[in-house]
Amino acid sequence: MKKNFSVSTALWTLTIKEIRRFLRIWVQTLVPPAVTMSLYFVIFGSLIGPRIGSMDGFDYIQFMIPGLIMLSVITNSYNNVVSSFYSVKFQKSIEELLISPMPNWVILLGFVLGGVARGILIGCIVFCVSLIFYPDFTVANPPLTILVLVLTAVLFSLMGFINAVFADSFDDISIIPTFILTPLIYLGGVFYSINILPDMWRNISMANPMLYVVNTFREGMLGVSDVSIYFALGMIFSFIGILTGSCLYLLNKGTGIRQ
Amino acid sequence: MAFALEITDLKKTYPGGVEALKGISFAVNEGDFYALLGPNGAGKSSTIGIIGSLVTKSSGKVKIFDIDTDGNNEQAKMMLGVVSQEINFSQFEKVIDIVVTQAGFYGISKSEALPRVESIFKRLGLWDKKDVQARTLSGGYKRRLMIAKALVHEPKLLILDEPTAGVDIELRREMWTFLKEINKNGTTIILTTHYLEEAEQLCRNIGIIDGGKIVANTGMKDLLGSLNVQGYVFDLDSPLSEAPEIEGFPLKLEDPLTLIAAVNKDRSINALFEKLSEKGIKVKSMRNESNRLEELFIEMVKK
Ligand SMILES: Nc1ncnc2c1ncn2[C@@H]1O[C@H](COP(=O)(O)OP(=O)(O)OP(=O)(O)O)[C@@H](O)[C@H]1O
Ligand SMILES: [Mg+2]
Repeated sequence: MKKNFSVSTALWTLTIKEIRRFLRIWVQTLVPPAVTMSLYFVIFGSLIGPRIGSMDGFDYIQFMIPGLIMLSVITNSYNNVVSSFYSVKFQKSIEELLISPMPNWVILLGFVLGGVARGILIGCIVFCVSLIFYPDFTVANPPLTILVLVLTAVLFSLMGFINAVFADSFDDISIIPTFILTPLIYLGGVFYSINILPDMWRNISMANPMLYVVNTFREGMLGVSDVSIYFALGMIFSFIGILTGSCLYLLNKGTGIRQ
Repeated sequence: MAFALEITDLKKTYPGGVEALKGISFAVNEGDFYALLGPNGAGKSSTIGIIGSLVTKSSGKVKIFDIDTDGNNEQAKMMLGVVSQEINFSQFEKVIDIVVTQAGFYGISKSEALPRVESIFKRLGLWDKKDVQARTLSGGYKRRLMIAKALVHEPKLLILDEPTAGVDIELRREMWTFLKEINKNGTTIILTTHYLEEAEQLCRNIGIIDGGKIVANTGMKDLLGSLNVQGYVFDLDSPLSEAPEIEGFPLKLEDPLTLIAAVNKDRSINALFEKLSEKGIKVKSMRNESNRLEELFIEMVKK
């Protein structure tokens, strides 16, 4: 007797489980970005913004909106996957996945889709919040905006996955976000155009991968960017390719999940 | 007849150098009820971990219903259910969600899984608890949940790693009845245990593993028959520092006041009492308890 295994049901189950997880703890996952972003809009947009004047020809608050959306999408996709996959390891419920006939790519895809769902949902929440403070906002290039939104969520979900694979303690899942990810995002042009920097710092900034993500998204939303869009999209796709390969390699080897 | 499980020269060395399995081989017939007995650290859980692809092997072969678990092992996995020794579900989810999700990982849709879960839960006495958070279950119910989770995809081979550890007598007997029933309905069962009595009650065949090696693999009756021993526990009047040496009676000191003896059924226990008296050892009380025989048992088998 041969029982057939349905990959799509397995993938659906894992994805829904991941989405249910962050919805269940919505006070920790969905509310904080809305609150912090409102504060950013009040302080930097409404209070200080008018004194800053325009940035790349836009009102400061308008310039900031794409940056803040990206900031939220990146941190939320990353955190969703890193904390979910690490706690699955920690609680040993990873065994439920390993014992099942699910191929490794389905496991990876399920977690990534969970992170992407949270990233996109947060992106939408922050965008709605921004409309309260700047109701006239119109999106310059919706297809590009959506494409970059999804790609960014995928990219940082994959990074979160790798972080979780190597994590051995709860400290390990906060070290990288705190000491590497957040500084790179803040210095990656969320709050300013790198054109206002002195040459040396501008050149150094060009090596920051976050710059490409933030600027491609800004191109989508506002129609301006500090970098070449094709180059930036190329970089994002290559990174996704490399990270996917690395994740699958780690899963096949069993690093951090099989003794 | 086909083998439900066939293990050939399986070796496992953990990172850090512990050689948990030193090349074990054994096979379990389809429909069998097989016990894997062995002391702590013998390698039982390591073996089960490798069968369930939770642990990577160092070398050797594992076949489930003649399908090699290396490479594309989807079919093998569909036929295997494992109840791990340690709790491995998410503590913050509802009991029923845990099992329905596990079914989903086997590609079984929710609508197909629900009736199955209902019947398993009712059979295991979990139905009343289906909507509570898993972490609020008592230890015995957590075990039942582990069993329910391993059965939801209707495996043909069920492996249980110490399913009755820390479970009270009543529940243990209920579990025995349940396991016998599913075995009768055609599921091959392998279980590990420390309780000789449990193996004796349930299993037809037995493998004994010690120090990462199989030291016996035979029929339950043959083994018990050939050994033909009774286990006795003596409570002593005054503490001893080591077990006395008495010709013909293997003895083991469990703690300074408890002595365990394996007595061959054709020998008189009076003789043992005499020898103990000669050595000035006073016995306060005595119980007949084959359960505690395990370690002595293994020593005898090895000889
Ligand atoms: N993850 C691990 N890393 C290193 N050594 C391990 C690991 N897991 C088990 N071991 C070692 O491997 C050996 C066999 O362990 P295993 O858990 O298979 O024994 P067991 O027969 O299941 O014992 P018990 O009856 O206590 O459950 C032991 O020496 C143990 O310390
Ligand atoms: Mg064990």
